[in-house]
Amino acid sequence: MAIELKMPALSPTMEEGTLAKWLVKEGDTVKSGDILAEIETDKATMEFEAIDEGTIGQILVAEGTDNVKVGTVIATITGEGEEAPSTSVRAEPVEAPSLSATSPEEKGGPLASSGQTEEKVEKPAATERASDPAIPEGTTMVKLTVREALRDAMAEEMRADDRVFVMGEEVAEYQGAYKVTQGLLQEFGPQRVVDTPITEYGFAGLGAGAAMGGLRPVIEFMTFNFAMQAIDHIINSAAKTNYMSGGQMRCPIVFRGPNGAASRVAAQHSQNFAPWYASVPGLIVISPYDAADAKGLLKAAIRSEDPVVFLENELLYGRSFDVPDLDDHVLPIGKARIMREGSDVTIVSYSIGVGLALEAADQLAGEGIDAEVIDLRTLRPLDTATVLASLKKTNHLVVVEEGWPVCSIASELAMVAMEQGFDDLDAPVMRVCNEDVPLPYAANLEKAALVDVPRVVAAVKAVRNRG
Amino acid sequence: MAKAPARKTAAPKKTASTPAPASNREGPRDPLPYDATPEELEKFYREMLLIRRFEEKAGQLYGLGLIGGFCHLYIGQEAVAVGLQSALDGDKDSVITGYRDHGHMLAYGIDPKVIMAELTGRQAGISKGKGGSMHMFSVEHKFYGGHGIVGAQVSLGTGLAFAHKYRGDGGVAMAYFGDGAANQGQVYESFNMAELWKLPIIFVIENNQYAMGTSVNRASAEDQLYRRGESFRIPGMQVDGMDVLAVRGAAEAALEWVRAGKGPVLMELKTYRYRGHSMSDPAKYRSREEVQAVRDKSDALEHLKKVMLDAGIGEDRIKDIDKEIRAIVAESADFAESAPEPELSELYTDVLVEQY
Repeated sequence: MAIELKMPALSPTMEEGTLAKWLVKEGDTVKSGDILAEIETDKATMEFEAIDEGTIGQILVAEGTDNVKVGTVIATITGEGEEAPSTSVRAEPVEAPSLSATSPEEKGGPLASSGQTEEKVEKPAATERASDPAIPEGTTMVKLTVREALRDAMAEEMRADDRVFVMGEEVAEYQGAYKVTQGLLQEFGPQRVVDTPITEYGFAGLGAGAAMGGLRPVIEFMTFNFAMQAIDHIINSAAKTNYMSGGQMRCPIVFRGPNGAASRVAAQHSQNFAPWYASVPGLIVISPYDAADAKGLLKAAIRSEDPVVFLENELLYGRSFDVPDLDDHVLPIGKARIMREGSDVTIVSYSIGVGLALEAADQLAGEGIDAEVIDLRTLRPLDTATVLASLKKTNHLVVVEEGWPVCSIASELAMVAMEQGFDDLDAPVMRVCNEDVPLPYAANLEKAALVDVPRVVAAVKAVRNRG
Repeated sequence: MAKAPARKTAAPKKTASTPAPASNREGPRDPLPYDATPEELEKFYREMLLIRRFEEKAGQLYGLGLIGGFCHLYIGQEAVAVGLQSALDGDKDSVITGYRDHGHMLAYGIDPKVIMAELTGRQAGISKGKGGSMHMFSVEHKFYGGHGIVGAQVSLGTGLAFAHKYRGDGGVAMAYFGDGAANQGQVYESFNMAELWKLPIIFVIENNQYAMGTSVNRASAEDQLYRRGESFRIPGMQVDGMDVLAVRGAAEAALEWVRAGKGPVLMELKTYRYRGHSMSDPAKYRSREEVQAVRDKSDALEHLKKVMLDAGIGEDRIKDIDKEIRAIVAESADFAESAPEPELSELYTDVLVEQY
């Protein structure tokens, strides 16, 4: 009986990839462990190993094919006699590549649920979007992924300023655990692109000290979950130094990395720390949504004299957006952006939540509700003026946040609306956040715990009395 | 290896008799006591005495309610900061320490008036009155604090060393920490990176025998703290921190090693604080006799005074210096008491450098 080989998921967030090269041909005999093919994801080129013995039957997807969806049957193996049950395919973290082929029993198995969050928010049409007033009219745009935009921002700032260096786990030779620092080692060398041991507290402190000593460190945390080991230096060393020294000693440093829920990595690897850092005076906190903001704001962060916590999102890394084709695209810190103009309700969000808000706005438009969508972009200092001006216009406010509801950016904005926009409110402020539980692993529970478009739509209808 | 101070009472049992471990790894040369000129002896004495008298005055002002919060005095440990920092090049070498920082600042030539005014929380203080005893900095003097979180300065100091190496400016970072901080995890994370990357840093453990109220033996599985770098291949030196010439001599050997690009050195300075951990410490964990015995037998200033007399510096000259230092300290105390408090508007300044 033939075994179907399916396009494997090579990371928690992979949905498709390129079948770069077949290393076997039809009729070849293979045994467990033989390398069958090379597959390119947006992060890396990985080897695809055989797990069953047999003869390659048909090759169904030719090498060089792009955008092969995870789960697509790419070849068959004809086995002899009875097949032992194979190890199932699981989404593997990119940090620990190890692949397995799929067995027939796995059809429509766990792969189908991988990366659903990303799929959902990719739909909104770009035509509805308002342009960023910070970008000159008529600027040529290029399509870049958020990942590329972040890399370009670092590379441009490193070219412009010798003091800028990048440090973190796997940033150099591995090319970045999530490939954000791809190519930097080759261009700038090991002096300025520094692989560290797994030692977050230590290298966060080292970076802060180097900043005090006059350099411009960009410290990458593989994810912000691991930065909790280093949070003492982010807050006690970086954020407070300028104040404690009466303005004499600065700490111009950027702490950056993915933040928030990824996909199926469960509680310890899925947390949004934005409200934590945004509560600390002395820090700048930035959390961009699209690639243009990722680039323009990371460049601004690296140039800032203040310590910056720069919160990225793994699910957004692979997504493409228009980025201004400018020699030096830098955006102002502390300015929110109106992503979509509307008159009936203001939906405020940041990071991945902006995609949900935009999609919800599109749906609501079909039902006669004209929503304005604001991307906060910077969480400290918070651009309350833009939010309040929008509230004055729409008189209704919903905050969307991929994070816990308690003591959140959402609860902060609700308070801002109470204190400074009370007379403009026609209805209570609503927040749409994750459920107030640690993030579970099971696909259905994870889905139930995270914010999604229907919840945003329902909240807007509730404030508009249309529920 | 410099000899440990012979102090029956305070020193942990093993200290004086533990031979240096046989090592097949290279390390700094064995240090020699520093051969100081009479002028240098006077300079050391002046600096050490300034620290002693300054700290005594700070203790007094604390008692009068003019200094608040936590105030950790350096009395007893003066030879450490003076001996080590006299060997540094103030134009390029950087210094960082924890919260017991007044002595290191004075030893790096920072004006006692602005330090005392910081202690009293005045606008004229080195941190405009916003830092206090534990948070003082002078970028101009390459003194990078003054840090209140135990052990944080070790990672930060490793970053200063990284910056020296990155720029190739020939500077060395000196990061001080106590026997208590020596048990913090980040210290070892820093050791690892410092040796891995051969950073120009001298890690200085000021072993004053007590982490607040916990003696070294009660807190440290390896109480010979100079050996704490061994698993990172960082050479260790144990030094009599009550003898300024021994300290200076050891510093030279360590600096030779570090400046030659051979990576970090770990120095353990055996010393003793006469006062409590902070002003609010009743010091019930040790006897008065123990403290008195150290003062009588090992006091760094008394020891230096003897060396000066032997070198032909007369009693009169020493008395002149005493008078001169008293005047400086009195002046700084007057300044610190009379200088105005910060304007209320200062509450909101310096939170961020830039406007957004």
